[in-house]
Amino acid sequence: MSALLTITDASVRVGRALALDGVSLQVGPGELVGVVGPNGAGKTTLLRAALGLQKLVSGEVKLGGRDPRTTPPAELARRVAYLPQGRRLAWNVPAWRAAALGAPNAPPAKARQIALEALTAVGLETLAERGVLDMSGGERARVVLARLFAAGAPLILADEPTAGLDPDAQLLTLELLRGRVEAGGAVVVTLHDLGLAARACDRVVVLHRGRLAAEGPPRHALSPSVLAEVFGLDGAILDTPSGPVLAAGRTGPSR
Amino acid sequence: MSRSVLLLVLLCGGLVAALAAGAALGEVPLSAAQYLEALRHPSSAAGEIVWSIRAPRTVAAGLVGAALGLSGAVLQGLLRNPLADPAVLGVSALSGLGASLVIALGLAVLPGAVETAALAGALAAGGLIAALAARFREPETLILFGVSLSALGGAATSLVFNLSPSPIAAAEVLSWLLGSAANRDWTDIGWAVPAMIAGVALSAYSARGLRMLTLGDEAAAVSGLPMARLRAAAVAGAALLTGAATALAGIVGFVGLAAPHLVRAGARDDPGLTLLPSALAGAVLVILADLASRLIPTDVELKLGVVTALFGAPLFGLIAWRVARSWRA
Repeated sequence: MSALLTITDASVRVGRALALDGVSLQVGPGELVGVVGPNGAGKTTLLRAALGLQKLVSGEVKLGGRDPRTTPPAELARRVAYLPQGRRLAWNVPAWRAAALGAPNAPPAKARQIALEALTAVGLETLAERGVLDMSGGERARVVLARLFAAGAPLILADEPTAGLDPDAQLLTLELLRGRVEAGGAVVVTLHDLGLAARACDRVVVLHRGRLAAEGPPRHALSPSVLAEVFGLDGAILDTPSGPVLAAGRTGPSR
Repeated sequence: MSRSVLLLVLLCGGLVAALAAGAALGEVPLSAAQYLEALRHPSSAAGEIVWSIRAPRTVAAGLVGAALGLSGAVLQGLLRNPLADPAVLGVSALSGLGASLVIALGLAVLPGAVETAALAGALAAGGLIAALAARFREPETLILFGVSLSALGGAATSLVFNLSPSPIAAAEVLSWLLGSAANRDWTDIGWAVPAMIAGVALSAYSARGLRMLTLGDEAAAVSGLPMARLRAAAVAGAALLTGAATALAGIVGFVGLAAPHLVRAGARDDPGLTLLPSALAGAVLVILADLASRLIPTDVELKLGVVTALFGAPLFGLIAWRVARSWRA
């Protein structure tokens, strides 16, 4: 297995504090990796470091065997596609036009075709001409996923792609990302919903104050002791007939 | 696609009509026979009026409008802000400062001095903003720096007034700052055109970067496009266009703000497809404003910048109203 992403002992400083403190992570094809942790644990910083958007104070990042900070833009986009937090779109462009931004270096006709295929993959083919700001939040989330898929990169990094979505749309988002994994790609996704992480991910990485607190199969990484130490939760991931759920309460008045 | 093509056809038609009206109409009414004579004998009296006074003035107004409209569209795309225009980044203010200084120092008699100073001011502002844009990606930061640069330019221009050696020099500066295409000849246009061509080329190059910025800075940064270069091209292009427009006709406000808004719906909001229609709409707007300044019967001819601001400011209010309503929705 050739690694798509290798992070070795990476530390990142944001302001004075270490936002990432000696974190290592390897991601290979066919994996859906969930990154979880309380707010401020370093999840977004980890993704930004992986993309070369964040300078390391020590350690090393290799994206497809190469330092992303010295990789030319077009080459970098062939290796990785990134969905930042928020999915804000500045203008009310048609959905196909937004999806086509995934393939900016393709000729216009080809880019449109790629965009329409990506919209079909997320079930939005009938709304290709609809303005993205005239859509519901759930539809817009699928448009930005289509843009991500249109890029055609083997590795996808998605920062909280399920935030603000209803439960069905959250599951659909992870199903669509799973589809990319089954096609031989790899996905790293940050999540706040631990039940969703346990259900959807092959592997879960738990960050706590910039450090790697646990890593492994969901049930192992999200053990009761990790839930208590990292999240301040008293509980466990339970199996139910329709998948794993988080059953937990707060352990104390403050963290 | 057909919608944006239709928009371009309409705008081109409007531009041809506006150019024709600009060359034909003016304070001195001409008869049909005189128009024919002007067409047949450009050196006749009527021909002089049409070809040496009205035509260059109209072409200058059109070029100024096109440059400002395009510059506004580039900046709105770059900053992802529908309220951005060349004034926001301080480009107009520094351009105006450069020209004011030259006029107040009595150097305006030198050929090309005012134009060069206006362009130098715009480029200084553009260079500063481009350097900041390379360091800080957030559009809010650029707007904040632009506002401070704009205030500084305005204050320095006031200082020029304050210290200006004679009331005549001060009046000249003021008259220039109010903007006008009157008395522009083909030589003046020649001074501005090279900078405009460079500005158009840089803007066209930056178009795909502006479109990518629809996704926001973070996503654009790993989108496969050389965003740093495209962003720098956008800033430099907008600065050259604004500087050239200011050099040619002084400060003409609100066109850079209004033109992109008039065409945005027709271009389906696409920041790349908005550029060309914005330039055409800007040209039509300023030619019409210049015509209005000529034809509205006042004792002293109205200044171009006054007319565009009188029409532009209410439009700005209307835009703000609509934006505010969309925020509430």
